[in-house]
Amino acid sequence: MLRLLAFLILATALMVLDYRGGWLRMARTQAEVAVQPLWWLAALPSKVGVGLREEAVTRTQLARDNERLRNALLVIAARNARMRTAAAENERLRGLLGSAERGRLDVQLASILDIDLDPTRQRLLLDAGSNGGVQVGQAVIDAGGLMGQVIATTPSTASVLLLTDPDHAVPVAVARSGIRLVVYGSGRSDALHLADVPLSADVRRGDQLLTSGLGGRFPPGFAVGTVGPLRPDDSRAFLEADVVPAAQLDRGRDVLLLRGYKPVPAVQDSSPCVQGEVGRGCEAQGAESSATQPVSATAKPLPNPPLPSQGRETSTEPRR
Amino acid sequence: MSRARNGWVLPVSLVVALLLGLVPLPGMLQPVRPYWLALVLAYWLLEEHEQVGLGVAFTLGVLADLVFGGLLGEQAMRLVVMAFILDRFRARMRFFPLSQQALVIGVLLFNDRVISAAIHVVMGAPQLPWRYWLAPLLGMALWAPLHFVLDALRLRRRG
Repeated sequence: MLRLLAFLILATALMVLDYRGGWLRMARTQAEVAVQPLWWLAALPSKVGVGLREEAVTRTQLARDNERLRNALLVIAARNARMRTAAAENERLRGLLGSAERGRLDVQLASILDIDLDPTRQRLLLDAGSNGGVQVGQAVIDAGGLMGQVIATTPSTASVLLLTDPDHAVPVAVARSGIRLVVYGSGRSDALHLADVPLSADVRRGDQLLTSGLGGRFPPGFAVGTVGPLRPDDSRAFLEADVVPAAQLDRGRDVLLLRGYKPVPAVQDSSPCVQGEVGRGCEAQGAESSATQPVSATAKPLPNPPLPSQGRETSTEPRR
Repeated sequence: MSRARNGWVLPVSLVVALLLGLVPLPGMLQPVRPYWLALVLAYWLLEEHEQVGLGVAFTLGVLADLVFGGLLGEQAMRLVVMAFILDRFRARMRFFPLSQQALVIGVLLFNDRVISAAIHVVMGAPQLPWRYWLAPLLGMALWAPLHFVLDALRLRRRG
């Protein structure tokens, strides 16, 4: 009986410490290096499966795929050419306005380690880590749009906090009207949550949401999702809506890591919620202010205090 | 239990149980993934009482939390509770027929889901969809075959 109590107290202490973040977080990152072989082993069957399937495809199938991809490439190249002229024009206009130049985006391809992690936590493991130049804070995108951000790295893996994690928030702007809002994760992999939309705000069903770049963690202009039907929230003073994520957030594919965008360190002391309390009131407060002014807390990788990660970023900066 | 034991079966089966928890399943099957770790641990708690106790359950739980990327300590708590209950009823359960044992295991797995849900409530984590509550049923169905396989491996004569 005593042993049971001792173990229960120990487990509770672990949970509370892990939840609060701090030194246990660091210890955990260290320990995760030790369990990497297990991840690798667990991902093996699907790797072998993909390999076998690739071996088994017939010539005709390959030819068909080839043709389809070539057509797709043609369409995209044509679109790209048009984008380039638009970008050049944009650059000129920017020059006329005298605003800061926006750097080109540099990306790195990484594949997702195909394993199922805890289903209550919206995380992904990437098959590339700090040895491959992955850094904490990098934005992760796919062809559709923003997926999330890197929250921890080990030498050969990196864990990604998805947009859909309830601890995640991303500042967005409505593409049509430019209204700035905050999109939260819902804990479900197929939906995001748009909360605290002022009743008078020009937001409609079907609006595209793009990252606004406020807060400095994510670069502006990446698709986040499409607004679903709006409904009044519990307080009846604001509207809320579900958002269909633009990126495909399921497993088993490749993702792109943004490089060359230097995340601006988030201002820490302007909001009492930044240190990562999930309290409902805290979130609402942050969102209310976000509609009118830049948010300081871009994302809240909850158990992960932002300071150490920034330290790591600045320390690796000279390498780039 | 004085027969020649295959000592490697215990660690290997636990590692395999961990791996089975990680192996990607299609989205439809994901919710009903049985809690392999609890099943295998339950087997060893019943059969190798001297080697496997609360300490092993706790260590295994912490390891599982690390591997699955969950809240550190959650599975440790769940497995310790299960180990304690099994330990209490071990003497009786060992003489149950397999079908009755499976029933008890099903109840324990269900209890495990309740504990997990309670932890999520306290920690403010999101609850799992209702389909995850079906997993104990599958775990119950798997008890007999698992028992059979592990028995065969453990008691097999060497050579």
